[in-house]
Amino acid sequence: MKLNELTLKESIDALDKKEVKIEEIYQDIDKVYQAKNEDLNIYLSVDADALKKAKEASKKPLRGLPIAVKDNFCTIGLPTTASSNVLDGFMPQYESTVTKRLKENGGIVYGKTNMDAWAHGSSTETSDFGRTLNPRNIEHLPGGSSGGSAAAIAADMSIAAIGSETAGSIRQPAAWCGTVGLKPSYGRVSRFGVVSMASSTDSPGPLTKTVEDACILLNSFAGPDERDATCNKEKAPDFTSFLGQSIKGLKIGVIYQDVKEIGETNDKLLQELNILKELGAEVEIVKAMDPHHAIGVYTVVQRAEVSSNLARYDGIRYGEDRSHFGDESKRRIMLGTYTLTKGHADQYYNLAQKVRTLYLENYKELFKKYDILVAPTSPSFAKKIGASFESSMFGELEDMLVEASSVSGLPGINVPFYHDEKTNLYLGANFIAPMWREDSIIKVADAFEKNTKWNSWRNK
Amino acid sequence: MSVNNTQVKHIAALANIPVSEEESQELAEAFTETLVVVDRLRKADAGKTAITHQVTGFKNILREDIVKEEQSFTQEEALANAKSTYKGFFVVPYVLQNKDN
Repeated sequence: MKLNELTLKESIDALDKKEVKIEEIYQDIDKVYQAKNEDLNIYLSVDADALKKAKEASKKPLRGLPIAVKDNFCTIGLPTTASSNVLDGFMPQYESTVTKRLKENGGIVYGKTNMDAWAHGSSTETSDFGRTLNPRNIEHLPGGSSGGSAAAIAADMSIAAIGSETAGSIRQPAAWCGTVGLKPSYGRVSRFGVVSMASSTDSPGPLTKTVEDACILLNSFAGPDERDATCNKEKAPDFTSFLGQSIKGLKIGVIYQDVKEIGETNDKLLQELNILKELGAEVEIVKAMDPHHAIGVYTVVQRAEVSSNLARYDGIRYGEDRSHFGDESKRRIMLGTYTLTKGHADQYYNLAQKVRTLYLENYKELFKKYDILVAPTSPSFAKKIGASFESSMFGELEDMLVEASSVSGLPGINVPFYHDEKTNLYLGANFIAPMWREDSIIKVADAFEKNTKWNSWRNK
Repeated sequence: MSVNNTQVKHIAALANIPVSEEESQELAEAFTETLVVVDRLRKADAGKTAITHQVTGFKNILREDIVKEEQSFTQEEALANAKSTYKGFFVVPYVLQNKDN
């Protein structure tokens, strides 16, 4: 077996039992990096000293294992570009809280992964440094914006990965690449040192091979941070303690949106969820608010916050000037500016924030009756390369199903629930729970993963 | 709601984004396309609903007002990524007075 194919948990166990050496794991990771990175375009930069650092971290919780990190986390010593020409060559003078804690826990930043420029997209096709290809099928996109991190997992080019999500940017690429992706509750993980996108929804989180791996990795960086004023002051739980639990009696609502774009995927998911009934959960279909409204809410809120956050890039203190923004970023900054101008703020920005409240209220009602809600993560399989250029609303339509929970700040996790033999592509299910209830989604996702055949690492 | 390219140029000036004539036409079309989707929001029954800016419900999370040296940049660090510096300062464009007029 190639050691780059080990899960995070398997790697830690194998190292502890002295069955493998850390050098051997790096050797296999390096091999696949050298063979495939040029074509797949997953890493924008790698740390030449990764193995050296790994050897010094052997006694820490993550044992010096190589972790892929999205290129919007500031890292001292490695360029941080957010895949934009504006930040080409930018070397941060400080470290993001997430990567600082990752390193303190013995995780090694193997390299920085490609993404949609500024995380504006759901394809990784809007990167100023070229698109990333889906390792499961190179004619298709990896999704985004954390597409490089999802692809690093699917290609076994890292043991685990870190991404960030504003609306779908962890879960949707995880779905398209057939991996696990966990978006914690907004405020569970510090945003300090992450290139800001939409400050009221940005949530860093793990992309991994298994649910168990996601819990191990999240343990290393979740929790209070005085440098992020929106961070929960409460200590984060041990996420691994929710693994291997019974789901008996859990009430699961399946959000069945009667929308033509989702029809087939909905039916496949319903069939797969039968296993949860067999495990003792109650599963029934529920009707939730129309997901189309969430597209509008997200489009307005995200662009408004983008126009404010990206105003800081002036090319004076760092980076290039504003003529270096790509088309998608220009569109978003300008549309955000428009929706905030006098005369339009009420019509767009304030209306969107009101409809956001309606979603919060809708979830509050639904969670009175259900512990967990589930729906497909994405309307269908990974789209073909080039697809994102066909519509200026590509991202939002793709993320339609996750946007409502994102603007509400809820935790969610993607796990694969179907594999198409012909195309080698996956479909993903998105389990969501009330704020701060990561325990519920971990419990049910772990049970689903272990009792179905869809996880490609558990079912080799 | 449709947007024309005169409006686009105005927004471009506000957002400090250089936009060519051709681009402003394309952007006007893209904005109109996007606003069609956004305009569906009016169908949601939001009338007197309160506005949500923050979902956590936390208020005024502050830290103690203490200077932490290790969290502050040295002058050298602060200037490390600047394209143009002068005697330890950032060089900035003219704002209050344009030297050409």
